[in-house]
Amino acid sequence: MNPGKILLVEDNPDDVALTLRALKSHNMTNDVVVAQDGVQALDYLFGTGGGPGPDGLPAVVLLDLKLPKVNGLEVLRRIRSDDRTKLLPVVILTSSDEERDVIDGYSLGANSYVRKPVDFVEFTQAAKQLGLYWLLMNRAPPTPRK
Amino acid sequence: MSPLRDWPIKRKLTAMLLLISGLVLLLTSAAFVTYEVVTNRQTIRIHLATRSRILAANSTAALAFANEADATELLDALKYDPHMVAAALYTQDGRVLATYPVAATANLIPAAPQADGYRFEGGRLVGFTPVAQGGNQRLGTLYIASDTKDVSDALRLSGIIAVVVLAIAMLAAYTLAAALQGWISQPILALADTARAISTKHDYSVRAPKRGEDELGMLTDAFNQMLGRIEEQDRELRRYATDLEQRVEKRTHELQDRNETLRRNAAELLAANQELDAFAYSVSHDLRAPLRSIDGFSQVLLEDYAGQLDEAGQDSLRRVRAASQRMATLIDDLLKLARVTRAEIRTEMVDLSGMARDIAAELQKTDSARQVKVVIAPGLTARADLPLLRVALENLLRNSWKYTAKQPQPRIEFGSVEANGGRAFMVKDNGAGFDMKYVDKLFGVFQRLHSAAEFEGTGVGLATVRRIITRHGGQIWAEGAVDQGATFYFTL
Repeated sequence: MNPGKILLVEDNPDDVALTLRALKSHNMTNDVVVAQDGVQALDYLFGTGGGPGPDGLPAVVLLDLKLPKVNGLEVLRRIRSDDRTKLLPVVILTSSDEERDVIDGYSLGANSYVRKPVDFVEFTQAAKQLGLYWLLMNRAPPTPRK
Repeated sequence: MSPLRDWPIKRKLTAMLLLISGLVLLLTSAAFVTYEVVTNRQTIRIHLATRSRILAANSTAALAFANEADATELLDALKYDPHMVAAALYTQDGRVLATYPVAATANLIPAAPQADGYRFEGGRLVGFTPVAQGGNQRLGTLYIASDTKDVSDALRLSGIIAVVVLAIAMLAAYTLAAALQGWISQPILALADTARAISTKHDYSVRAPKRGEDELGMLTDAFNQMLGRIEEQDRELRRYATDLEQRVEKRTHELQDRNETLRRNAAELLAANQELDAFAYSVSHDLRAPLRSIDGFSQVLLEDYAGQLDEAGQDSLRRVRAASQRMATLIDDLLKLARVTRAEIRTEMVDLSGMARDIAAELQKTDSARQVKVVIAPGLTARADLPLLRVALENLLRNSWKYTAKQPQPRIEFGSVEANGGRAFMVKDNGAGFDMKYVDKLFGVFQRLHSAAEFEGTGVGLATVRRIITRHGGQIWAEGAVDQGATFYFTL
């Protein structure tokens, strides 16, 4: 069974390192692709920047909201407005739990909203659960036809 | 035709003059006619009496001898007077001796003589005259009837004269009245015109023309004086109105200025709020990220390099982690406070008792080891913003929960009391309490009356509660003593 990949959209290298470490402790590091801003994420998903393109869609996108160039909500909006990616599971993983962000995230079709805990132990726990859930437990939507 | 009282004054005056002169003339004419008739009747009566006596004197012989032919001849002389209608001579025993005309019908001559004298009877003047000889020996009676044509002629003539005079006089009276009524009606009409002009044009500067020093002149004067006063008052009124208008305008300007200031303030407030919003948003996102790095990499050090760190080094890292987590809590609490400040208030009926029960149940669930007696008065409700009030009540109850931790028989009570003539809600505990000396520091941000070692906390909770209560237009205050518990009161 090929559980697919995780697309981690995160601009903060510390957060990237910590997330990778958390996933690594559960042997999920090989399945992670990192995009450092919204443009990279969209390029990866739509195949314009040397990424795998829609054929190799990830199993889940872990999306930060505050991103340089194109912010997280805009990335989410683009994912949902494209036929190829509109069913793609997207989890918002961000520092903020501002009500506005939560509402906007769900309104644009996020599948889940997780706030990054400051406590690294809790953070590791959250990353592990997210990885396990979206890679193993969740039934991914069928790959859309060209 | 309109009723009499609605007639214009000109017509009334004319009618009055005509009525009076007509009545006077009518009475005069009547008197004249009556005089004519009475005079004429008297004249013909005297005339008949005279003629009768002469004829009676001449008839003595014919009666004394009952000579019918003489008597008839005597009476026949009456034909020279066309007014004579009939005549008769009666003998002493009342028998008709002779008549005039000779073939007089019975209805012209009474069958027997009547009382002596002259009287008008059935449109005729009749007279019975005694025929006597020598003064006392009565021989018979003479009857003469005369028509009253003279009287009726006089009546007709005087009537015609009266009518003609009346007609001419009325015509003259009408002409004169029409001309003279102006004396009285003109000033009144002028007054009326002036009054009408004033009432339609509201021009109080016009004056009624004065035509004389009579009562109407006085009336005109009084009217004009009144107009003068009205004009003056009107002018004054206008001045006041203008003054008032100016004042209103000035006030309006002031109000507009004030409105403008308010609007500017509101705009500034809105801008400040928006800045606060942006600030809070930024804090929410950006301030936590470095904390996560501090905590995360400290943990990494603890996990990966534990062997290279002695106990003091590991302890330092654990302190770094604890501090970063505390800071995260602080940031979260501050964000909550900011949120409370920004949130829009939407009131509804809130079941406070139910809310308190829910919160107590949650506290018990997260801290199941503790045995706290929680007493909640039933049926407490208030109009409030539900989510905000929940934050406030949760803060208060959580405080009580926290500060009763060292109390062997912890007790928390939620209820209501009468305070300042209204109802205040109350959260009371028998926990650590506080010194009333520091009561005014209780609700300040980051103000704590206990050390973090004693009781953990950020010092933002009560500030948040006060902000919520204040935003509801309510008040909050507290009473307490060290180790005697604390009571928080609030109104909504």
